[in-house]
Amino acid sequence: MFHNTNSLKMSLALLLLTTPATFGDERYDPVRSEIVLKECGACHMAFQPQMLPKRSWDRIMQELSDHFGEDASLDADTKEQIEAYLDKNAADSGWWGGKFMRGVKDNMTPLRITQTPHWIREHDDEISAQALAAAKSRANCVACHPRANRGDYDDD
Amino acid sequence: MNNLNKTIFIATATILLGGVSISIVSANSARDAIIEGFVDEAGMEASAERGKILFESNIGDGKPDTPSCTTCHGATALKTGMTRAGKVIEPMAVSKNPERFIDLKKVSKWFRRNCKSVLGRECTPQEKADFLTYMKSK
Ligand code: HEC
Ligand code: HEC
Ligand code: HEC
Repeated sequence: MFHNTNSLKMSLALLLLTTPATFGDERYDPVRSEIVLKECGACHMAFQPQMLPKRSWDRIMQELSDHFGEDASLDADTKEQIEAYLDKNAADSGWWGGKFMRGVKDNMTPLRITQTPHWIREHDDEISAQALAAAKSRANCVACHPRANRGDYDDD
Repeated sequence: MNNLNKTIFIATATILLGGVSISIVSANSARDAIIEGFVDEAGMEASAERGKILFESNIGDGKPDTPSCTTCHGATALKTGMTRAGKVIEPMAVSKNPERFIDLKKVSKWFRRNCKSVLGRECTPQEKADFLTYMKSK
C-alpha cells in the first residue's frame, strides 16, 4: 500500500516533469549547460538536445573533426561533458519518445534536426524560398524563430 | 593647477576610470603575452604583412567549403563575418573588438580548427604570431 502510494507520487512527478517536452506546444527546455552553450553555440545556436536521439548525438560527437564540412573538434574532457548532457536530454531519453522521435525508425540515425521526419513535416510548405535565402540555412533556426534559443518555436 | 591639485586630479581620474582602464590594460597584456609566446616558439619576428596575406588569401588546401579565413570572418579584418550556418562573427581587428585574442585556450582551439579547415594542417607558430600581430595592428 505504502509502496504503491509512493510509486504513484513518483509517476505523477515524472509525468509533470516530462509533460512540457512531450505533449505541450512546440516548446523545448532551453540548453542549461554553460559548456554546451559556449562550445556548441559558437557557429550556430546551441540546438536543444530533445531534437535528436542519443545515437545521433553520439555519432555527431564522434565525428567533430569533420562536422558538416568543418573542424569542430574538442579536447576529450570537454567532449565527454557535452556528450553526457546531450545524452541525458536526448529525444529518446524520457518515458515516451519526444516529438522529434516521430517517424525516426530504429535503424535511422539522423545527423541533422532538419532531416528528421518531424522537422520536415512542420516545415513542408511553410517556408518560402525567400525566407530560406534570408536565413541562409535551414539550420539557422533563430532567423525564423526569434526565441529559438529559449526553446520556444511557437511564433504565433 | 598646482602640483597638489594635479595629483588629486590624477588620483581621482584614475579611480574613476580604474574599472575600465584596468580591464583594457589587462586584456592588452594578456594578448601581448600570447603573441610573445608564439614569437618565441617561432624564433623569429612577427610580420603584420604576412598575417594580412594569410588572412585574405584564397588558400583552399583544407575542406572544400572553407577556402579562406575570410569565408567566415569578414572580407577584411575590420568587417563583421558570418558562419556557414548564418551566425554573425564580430570583427577580428582588435580596434573593433578589444576582447579578441586574450584567452590562450580559446585562441589555440580556433587556430587548430580553422587552420585545418582552411590550410588542411595546423598553423605554424610563425603564422600564428603573424596573424595576431596583424589583427593587433588593425
Ligand atoms: C566550427 C563551427 C561549429 C561548431 C563549433 C559546432 N558546429 Fe554544429 N554545425 C556547424 C556547421 C557549419 C553546420 C552545418 C550548417 C548548415 O548546414 O547550415 C552544423 C550543423 C550542426 C547540426 C545539424 C543542424 C541541422 O541541419 O539540423 C547539429 C545537430 C550540430 N551542428 C550540432 C553541434 C554540436 C552538438 C556542437 C558542439 C559539440 C556543434 N554543432 C558545434 C558548425 C559548427
Ligand atoms: C526559413 C525559416 C525557418 C527556419 C530556418 C526554421 N524554421 Fe521552424 N518553422 C518555420 C515556419 C514558417 C514554421 C511554421 C509556422 C509556425 O508554426 O511557426 C516553423 C515551425 C517550426 C516548429 C513547429 C512550431 C509549432 O508551433 O508548431 C518547430 C518545432 C520548428 N519550426 C523548429 C525549427 C528548428 C529547430 C529550426 C532550426 C534547426 C527551424 N525550425 C528552422 C520557419 C523556419
Ligand atoms: C568555418 C568558418 C571559419 C573559418 C574558415 C575561419 N574561422 Fe576563425 N573563427 C570562426 C569562429 C566561428 C570563431 C569563434 C567566434 C568568435 O570568436 O567570434 C573563430 C575564431 C577565431 C580565432 C579566435 C578569436 C579570439 O577572439 O580568440 C582565431 C585566432 C581565428 N578564428 C583564426 C582564424 C584563421 C587564422 C583562419 C584562416 C586560416 C580562420 N580563423 C578561418 C570561424 C572561422
